[in-house]
Amino acid sequence: MTLLDQFQLFLKAQGWPEWAYYTVPALAGIVVIIGVVLAAVIVYIWWERRFVARIQIRLGPNRCGPEGIFQPIATAVKILLKEDIVPANADKVLHFIAPIVVFVPILMIFAVVPFDRGAILVDLNVGIVYVIAISSISVIGIFTASWASGNKYSFISGLRSISQMVSYEIPVVLSIVGVVLMTGSFSMIKIVEAQTVPFILLQPLGFLLFFMGALAEMNRSPFDLLEADSEIVAGYHLEYSGMKFAMFYLGEYGMALAYSAVITTVFLSGWQGPFLPGVIWFLVKVMLVFSVIVWIRSMMPRMRVDQLMSFAWKAMLPMALINLLVIAVEVLVIPSLQWLMLIINFGLAAVLILLFSRIFTLGGGRVEV
Amino acid sequence: MLDLTYSLTFYLMAIIAVASALGVIFLRDVFRSALCLILLFMTVAGIYVMLHADFLAVVQILVYVGAISILIIVAIMLTRDARQGQPMGKIKWIAGPVALALIAVIAWGVLNTPFEVATAAPQEETVKPLGNLLFGNPGYLLTTEIAAVLLLSAILGAIAVIREK
Repeated sequence: MTLLDQFQLFLKAQGWPEWAYYTVPALAGIVVIIGVVLAAVIVYIWWERRFVARIQIRLGPNRCGPEGIFQPIATAVKILLKEDIVPANADKVLHFIAPIVVFVPILMIFAVVPFDRGAILVDLNVGIVYVIAISSISVIGIFTASWASGNKYSFISGLRSISQMVSYEIPVVLSIVGVVLMTGSFSMIKIVEAQTVPFILLQPLGFLLFFMGALAEMNRSPFDLLEADSEIVAGYHLEYSGMKFAMFYLGEYGMALAYSAVITTVFLSGWQGPFLPGVIWFLVKVMLVFSVIVWIRSMMPRMRVDQLMSFAWKAMLPMALINLLVIAVEVLVIPSLQWLMLIINFGLAAVLILLFSRIFTLGGGRVEV
Repeated sequence: MLDLTYSLTFYLMAIIAVASALGVIFLRDVFRSALCLILLFMTVAGIYVMLHADFLAVVQILVYVGAISILIIVAIMLTRDARQGQPMGKIKWIAGPVALALIAVIAWGVLNTPFEVATAAPQEETVKPLGNLLFGNPGYLLTTEIAAVLLLSAILGAIAVIREK
């Protein structure tokens, strides 16, 4: 019984007409999700700027409001006041549609994210597949933006986004299949409830693969080749300004938020935790995941295009397949001995990572694969 | 009231689906045609949701929107002058009547088939029965496996064809 179901029953008991008690809770859920996402994105932008500044021994923005918390709002106002420029040889219609196509699927992911026990919009019985399916739509928006801009740098970025998405989706899906094997369900709530021991401990290699694949899918460093400033200026949103650029900016952070929520749900046991209420645990874990993402961004150099592709196909894909095979055998043979699974999977992760760090080379230093 | 909402949603989906299908055919810009095709796939997924086939809907989006349309877009990138599209040749005088005849045959087939409507309530959870049917003992395990092997051999064949000597 989710909170929305209770709301619906409450309205029904109040004697509301039938169409109202179906539509009002749904609209309320949508409004709540948009509010939560916008608020969380503001916190994310602030936290990323401050945290990166700390790592680089700077202060970061600290003037606007206490500890600079209002700086993202100032940024938003600045972006919205800019003139909306559409290039002369752009495809005007697609140029307008693309930011919406990028942003809307990201909001739709949150429909199946359980913030707390029962605090979920819909508990789909295909929850995690829905997340994967919906998140693959926004790459079409990115590509549309790059095509409609009529700019060669944008276009290179779009081609990169497609190849990156196609390659990294496979290890991501394979590492989720491991989780689904242990849970026996696609439902996000059942995945959380199955984690008496968080899956990050039971499937460390699956977690690492999913995390790296998620970094690539949300175009964060070190996989941010779409907007590699030194190579292709700003990538797919090069020809965007004003509100449309703000949509891309929101989409970027919204994607980071969505993926940290999904990682929290699938691998870090979601809302579960001692003492504190579930939603606090959930938010703490989401912030922790995002901090690691920001940490990686400030620590790692950007990968080269050929390194990116061969890393997905020659390192992550075989590792994901071996991981899936081992987990399937474990679920079949020792389904109740979780401590044994833990030891085996940590050993497997260590061996495979060492092995692939030895054999994964790219043409002896030459730029060919 | 709920029935009215259902039929409204269905007709909305159906109109968008037919309109985007027409867009796929009649738009000159090939890339816009591809985007219309994606819209068509998504409305079909919406209709699957209304039929309580949620797994099918999600897989429709995952496979058709996430993979096949991407392949189509990559193929468009390999063409020239995608914005103008191909100029129509003399073949349209043959293609038009043939297409109309095909439409007539399909319409005749649809209109004259007595479609059976199931009276059973839709499944609440669709994934488990589907999995049991695909991989269970009296199910379609052999067919599923053969399909997988077929796909694998197709991939290997493609690699063998394009491999440099």
